[in-house]
Amino acid sequence: MANKIKVATTSLAGCFGCHMSFLDIDERLVALAEVAEFDRSPITDIEHCGPCDIGLIEGGVCNSENVHVLREFRKNCKILVAVGACAINGGLPAMRNPIALEDCLLEAYRDGIGVENAQIPSDPELPLLLNKVHPIHEVVKVDYFLPGCPPSADVFWTFLTALLEGREPTLPYELVHYD
Amino acid sequence: MMKTFLDKVLAKADYQAVRLLSILREVQAQYRHIPGEAIDLLAEALNIPRTQIISVVEFYSFLHLTPQGRYDILISDSITDHMLDKENLLSYFSSALQVKVGDVRSDGLVSLNNTSCTGMCDQGPAGLINGMALTRLDRPKIDEIAALVAAEKPLSEWPAHLFIVSDNIHKTGLLLASSLDGGAAIRATFSRGIAETQAELDRSGLRGRGGAGFKTAMKWRFCAEEKSDTHYVVCNADEGEPGTFKDRVLLNSYADQVFEGMTVCAAIIGASRGFLYLRGEYLHLHDKLQAILQKRREAGLLGSGILGSNLNFDIEICLGAGAYICGEESALIESLEGKPGIPRNRPPYPVTSGYLNKPTVVNNVETFMAAANIAARGGDWFSDFGTEKSAGSKILSICGDCEKPGIYEYPFGVSIRQILTDCGADDVMGVQIGGPSGTFIGNQELDRQLAFEDLATGGSFIIFNNSRNVLAIAQNFTHFFAHESCGFCTPCRVGTSLLKNQLDKIVGGHGSAGDVVELESLCHLVKNNSHCGLGQTAANPILTTLQRYPDLYQKQLKDISYEPGFDLDGALEIARRMAHRDDAAAHLSQVED
Amino acid sequence: MTGTINIDGQNIPFEEGQTIIEAATAAGIYIPHLCHKPGYTPHGSCKLCTVKVNGRNCSACTFPAADGQTVINNSDELQQDRRRITQMLFVEGNHMCPSCEKSGNCQLQGVAYHLNMLDNHFPHFFAHREVDASHPDILIDHNRCIFCNLCVRASKEKDGKNVFAIAGRGINKRLIVNSPSGQLKDSDIAPGDCAAHVCPTGAILIKRTGYQVPIGQRIYDHHQISEVALAEETGHGE
Repeated sequence: MANKIKVATTSLAGCFGCHMSFLDIDERLVALAEVAEFDRSPITDIEHCGPCDIGLIEGGVCNSENVHVLREFRKNCKILVAVGACAINGGLPAMRNPIALEDCLLEAYRDGIGVENAQIPSDPELPLLLNKVHPIHEVVKVDYFLPGCPPSADVFWTFLTALLEGREPTLPYELVHYD
Repeated sequence: MMKTFLDKVLAKADYQAVRLLSILREVQAQYRHIPGEAIDLLAEALNIPRTQIISVVEFYSFLHLTPQGRYDILISDSITDHMLDKENLLSYFSSALQVKVGDVRSDGLVSLNNTSCTGMCDQGPAGLINGMALTRLDRPKIDEIAALVAAEKPLSEWPAHLFIVSDNIHKTGLLLASSLDGGAAIRATFSRGIAETQAELDRSGLRGRGGAGFKTAMKWRFCAEEKSDTHYVVCNADEGEPGTFKDRVLLNSYADQVFEGMTVCAAIIGASRGFLYLRGEYLHLHDKLQAILQKRREAGLLGSGILGSNLNFDIEICLGAGAYICGEESALIESLEGKPGIPRNRPPYPVTSGYLNKPTVVNNVETFMAAANIAARGGDWFSDFGTEKSAGSKILSICGDCEKPGIYEYPFGVSIRQILTDCGADDVMGVQIGGPSGTFIGNQELDRQLAFEDLATGGSFIIFNNSRNVLAIAQNFTHFFAHESCGFCTPCRVGTSLLKNQLDKIVGGHGSAGDVVELESLCHLVKNNSHCGLGQTAANPILTTLQRYPDLYQKQLKDISYEPGFDLDGALEIARRMAHRDDAAAHLSQVED
Repeated sequence: MTGTINIDGQNIPFEEGQTIIEAATAAGIYIPHLCHKPGYTPHGSCKLCTVKVNGRNCSACTFPAADGQTVINNSDELQQDRRRITQMLFVEGNHMCPSCEKSGNCQLQGVAYHLNMLDNHFPHFFAHREVDASHPDILIDHNRCIFCNLCVRASKEKDGKNVFAIAGRGINKRLIVNSPSGQLKDSDIAPGDCAAHVCPTGAILIKRTGYQVPIGQRIYDHHQISEVALAEETGHGE
């Protein structure tokens, strides 16, 4: 057990779709579990990431909490991987980027249809939004990128098996998709 | 009313769409912008799509779709202006006029902005007011200008001392010391014969003075040999390379020789029309040059049957409107045709297919002046000076840290050290030779030679002493290229902006281990893949300084794996303000603690 | 003048007036490109087709073939530069493939897949760009425009109109529409125009046709742009 590869995963400004796709490796999960164990991940409920071999990040960076989590992963993971469109270019959440943050907040919390008791949330427990949503490579150094929305289960499998076998991961044409 | 005005302007331009730029310059001067109504009227009158007009307006810095102030003030952003305290003077100007840099004051009276080098580096800090050159700006002058603006005094009534532009010729040589009687070169050409004059030009070894150094005789011969009913001569006076101003001086004091050279060229290639493409920043020379042309017509040196021969040739002056790229010959031709100055694909070259797709010679101001003298005095007179590969002399615009900035003429082959001694430069850190697109040399290289085979230059020679910051210099030049990229090709359009951002990140102290490597690889990408000389040289300021001062770049870097290129805590500012928060969790450190 | 040129070790013939990319295409050799389209005036702006001709970088779509040229097309160095240039296009605009109707049929994407581009590498500009949905049948999403100029040329050369132009300078370039309001609905474009169909990305789209073929069954989902382009372009104009 001691020499199992440690893997951590998280979703920042993402939809967990990449995680669902990861789970789509189906029965290959069993094979994976024999050589790898999960640290911080929605699968384990571990709250903070410890030293890991591989960190998989889904989603872009849209708020202060995303920055903290991303830094925690970068600090603890030998290999950090941007998983999916949002981590790579901001993805759907980044479609708010052309709109001023001020307008986004006013529309959501004050002017939008059906808003009652209009106020911008100010609870210190809540993370503050960044002006723009950024891909993760603009905030920390990233080692690998798995494109797709989401990347297919085969992308995860191809990539992880290569890493586990000590090969440089490559994706064949059929596995490279941005949608 | 607008229609009456436009009719007048259009009539003057003979309703020619190729004169769109000069038409728009007049509309801009009249209305301080190009109004939508004017765009519609011009599109109809010139029978061109309105999109062509909008493209031209958006391409040239001196044309605007929204109104500028009635007094439109632009301050030169050349590195030499910065070395003369430009930033502080600009702030002073801004508060004196009560207008923010980049803005038009709410009453529409005045606007203030930066502009690329205006070619006054020997007498900066410089600027332009409604297109007219301002030099040696200082606080008293700014106070005076602010008072004149406040009094709304018409520019034509402003005191002349505000508009003094000096030649500052400190060292004459082969060309500057010689005088040439009007018509002497044309007469010599006729009496010697066209073919024989071409042979003299060939023997002279004259190469283009714009910097690229193509053999002039060969260019003229290629053009002459092109079978066509029409050929054109174009003089490139779009002297936009920061730090260059010698063409301004040549046109101010030696214009006859330049026009004479163009006329000799016309006789050789068989042209009947020529153009002087004068950069918009030199508007102050326009009327004077028109008067010289008129005198030449009256003297039988221009027009039909020049000096009783069968040569018919005349010259038209076209003003640019703030676009460095138009110094590239094919972009200049596009601009002459009333279009955005986007460099053409080559081949075909202008000698085959230039203005209106006819064979065209495009040469620098100094080249025509040299050609006129060679036609008059023979090739040996010229080739006796200089080196084997770089015949003759070179006229330099010297500026920066020296006692006597101005114009110097040297035989090619002169050492940089000699030049520095002559202009009174000491404690030299380095010299930018050939402007931002050229080479930065350090003080270990002062025995290098000025010549096409060693250090080529179009004339720009900027001196920096040891108090100057190499990175700030590279930064100024890199910003210049991002601003002046025409945006036609991907590597330059996107790459020059990426270079600017990446260099700013490093100089701003936000770079980490990989950032200089990334910067250098981006430099090579832009250099190797760009469409024209602008993109191919845009990385030179970084590459030449990185090669000589790698430590200066490395010293800027933090010893961490990565730092974001944007201000993380600043990116929370709006959210903080709107949530009325300022607690610890409402902030982010730029790098991990 | 006819003769042969050598591309990556292979001798291929060319005919008088052909550019390098035309000769290569005729011989079944793919050179990546976006702004080039057979039958249109060459533009030479995207720079993806940069090849080394006798040691010098040239745009294959504008540079004339000449007897004896040695052309390098498929080197690691050129492919790496092409990948970087494609990444420049991706960070310059806002290319959100998952929400784009053109995804899978997009040539920008096709080239990126072909070059095995896995990320956008550079910091994004997140430029502010508009959408013009004014026309009943045709949509312009400026976020996806790469300034290839094909719609400009299509309108001028094929449709005999002047609907589009590129304005601005440097990184502020923008596609503009020839109409009094600047909106597409007030221009004389028609849904059948070449200009409405030629866009290599999803910047100009015919409305209500985007999802006729499901994602996953589209052109570049299963075929490399190298095969697709050669199949479409070989023999064009002969």
